Amino acid sequence: MSLIYTNEQKELLALVKEMAETEIKPFVQEADEKGECPPELFKWAFDMGLHMLEIPEEYGGTGLSYETTAMIFEELAKVDAGYAITFVTTFVALRNVILSGTKEQGLHFAEVIKKGNFAGFCLTEPGAGSDPAAMRATAVKDGDDYILNGAKTFITNGAISAIFVGFFKTSPDLGAKGISAFVIDANEPGIVIGNHENKMGLRLSNTTDVTFENVRVPATAMLGPEGSGFKLALNALNLSRAFVATLAVGIMQRALDESVKYAKERKQFGEPIINFQLVQGLLADMAMKIEASRALVNNTMRLMDNGSLVRKEGAITKCFVSDVAQEVTSNAVQVFGGYGYSKEYPVEKLMRDAKVFQIFEGANQIQRLTIASCLKSEYK
Amino acid sequence: MNIVVCIKQVPDTTEIKIDPVKNTLIRTGVPSIMNPFDKNALEQALRVKEKNGGTVTVISMGPDQAKTVLREALAMGADKAYLVTDRAFGGSDTYATSYILSQVIKKIGPFDVILGGIQAIDGDTGQTASSIAEHLGLNRVSYVLDMEKKDDKVIIKRKVEEGVVVLEAKLPVLVTSLKESNKPRYRTIKGVIDALKADIPEIRFADLPGIDETKIGLKGSPTRVKATFTPKRNATGEVMEAVNPQETAKSLIGKLVEAKLL
Repeated sequence: MSLIYTNEQKELLALVKEMAETEIKPFVQEADEKGECPPELFKWAFDMGLHMLEIPEEYGGTGLSYETTAMIFEELAKVDAGYAITFVTTFVALRNVILSGTKEQGLHFAEVIKKGNFAGFCLTEPGAGSDPAAMRATAVKDGDDYILNGAKTFITNGAISAIFVGFFKTSPDLGAKGISAFVIDANEPGIVIGNHENKMGLRLSNTTDVTFENVRVPATAMLGPEGSGFKLALNALNLSRAFVATLAVGIMQRALDESVKYAKERKQFGEPIINFQLVQGLLADMAMKIEASRALVNNTMRLMDNGSLVRKEGAITKCFVSDVAQEVTSNAVQVFGGYGYSKEYPVEKLMRDAKVFQIFEGANQIQRLTIASCLKSEYK
Repeated sequence: MNIVVCIKQVPDTTEIKIDPVKNTLIRTGVPSIMNPFDKNALEQALRVKEKNGGTVTVISMGPDQAKTVLREALAMGADKAYLVTDRAFGGSDTYATSYILSQVIKKIGPFDVILGGIQAIDGDTGQTASSIAEHLGLNRVSYVLDMEKKDDKVIIKRKVEEGVVVLEAKLPVLVTSLKESNKPRYRTIKGVIDALKADIPEIRFADLPGIDETKIGLKGSPTRVKATFTPKRNATGEVMEAVNPQETAKSLIGKLVEAKLL
């Protein structure tokens, strides 16, 4: 425990830990194998209010700080990060509607989520991943409406969302400045949900294609001014990068917890392997990287609580934490030896789950470019 | 429908240690929790409230630290909590405790339903909640699985050895819940935050002017613990190998008949 927790935070963490270990943990292995999370596993979390933690009270949320919210999601990610990201994606979408949209749009979106629904963020396209400005989906004005067309891919919560934030070119010739964002109810005619992606990890998280075929939305569904979509997406990513990093910390902490426990039980050469210095070295490296990651995430959360945009810090946090998550989870498999490679033991899943954190919310190569671009403008 | 639930803070273990001199429970060093049966009672109360409206009040008698379980109850959805605490109440047995709680209920009531767990996991007497009904002259139904309001009555499902009996009881009534009654809900995040800030009024001896001083505290408690001991096991069991289950069953029945147990 590297952070100083308030009484309130301690109470909340104890509650979430109990809930996650009782209501989710026993079902994770089977859900991971099947590659989907049974909907009834989400009921507890909705009842408890995990979908609206950091949402302001005027929108029906709990109004927690980003800092406390992140602590809670680290706890949840120790049990399953795919489960946790289902909620993170939802509240990040809602938070961005609140930040960039009108009060009415924010209240509408919040009302949908509050009832116990998920949301998705439709940005990535088959030809537009690290380069979102290359997107081809279009929104064409038609009287008081817009007609949306295009194919989005790797959409977290694609098949389970009740509402989306979607990004479309309103001026296809303008590149990044031609992108606008819209709030779209998931049951609008013309929205086609593709197959669930058969992923390497985060298998409790739902990921699908979402195709828009002549989907008609009113002009009032546009978030912010026309052409502001790209900026909105970048701001949203600053927030989501910090939050996915907290999930990676949870994965790593679980990896360490399992590894130390195992190293104390597993005997070779007549004694527990934790007594061997090379094993101790692995565990110590894991612990150092986790402590540093948690402190980094915590600081970024506190910066966001103070109103910072965290363009650089979000990128640093996500990039550093997801890179060390690779090492830490791989070391956990190493500590477990042959058993670590078996699906009967929990650590191979952690390694699989950790990989995507270097890829999504902007690949770590892009994060490095962002950090460097911030540095370039800081030193004038 | 206004409901009061009596809850007790108990040590989180069934392995209770007893002070050999005072013959009372040693509580230091043992983590405390809400008595699980009382949690079932609270859940029952919250469900009735959700269906019929009204309020759920929780009361607990004990030292200041018992506020922890009252806060837990508030975080689960109770509307109001009172801590009953005073040196004069110290040392009360089930008779004195139930008398004090009955006076508290009179003061903060009236209530349509008084709920409590069937027993507490520390003392396991199962007397306190039911005795409150005696002190107040109320109807009492124990071992309740479920209850539903119908006009000025409640329809109660009561567990008995042979099955389930459905009863009708006039309000007000005292009801005790079982573990099988329900699965208590979790506290909500918002509930935890609000409960930490909630004001929990204390009810002291001076707040109960009509109370009979001879019925409270150690002096008002007729229970005398003469001795406590762990019963010795004077017979060892016999392990029968089940090579052929049918033969082993026959042989087991033979032995039970021999021992006049069948």
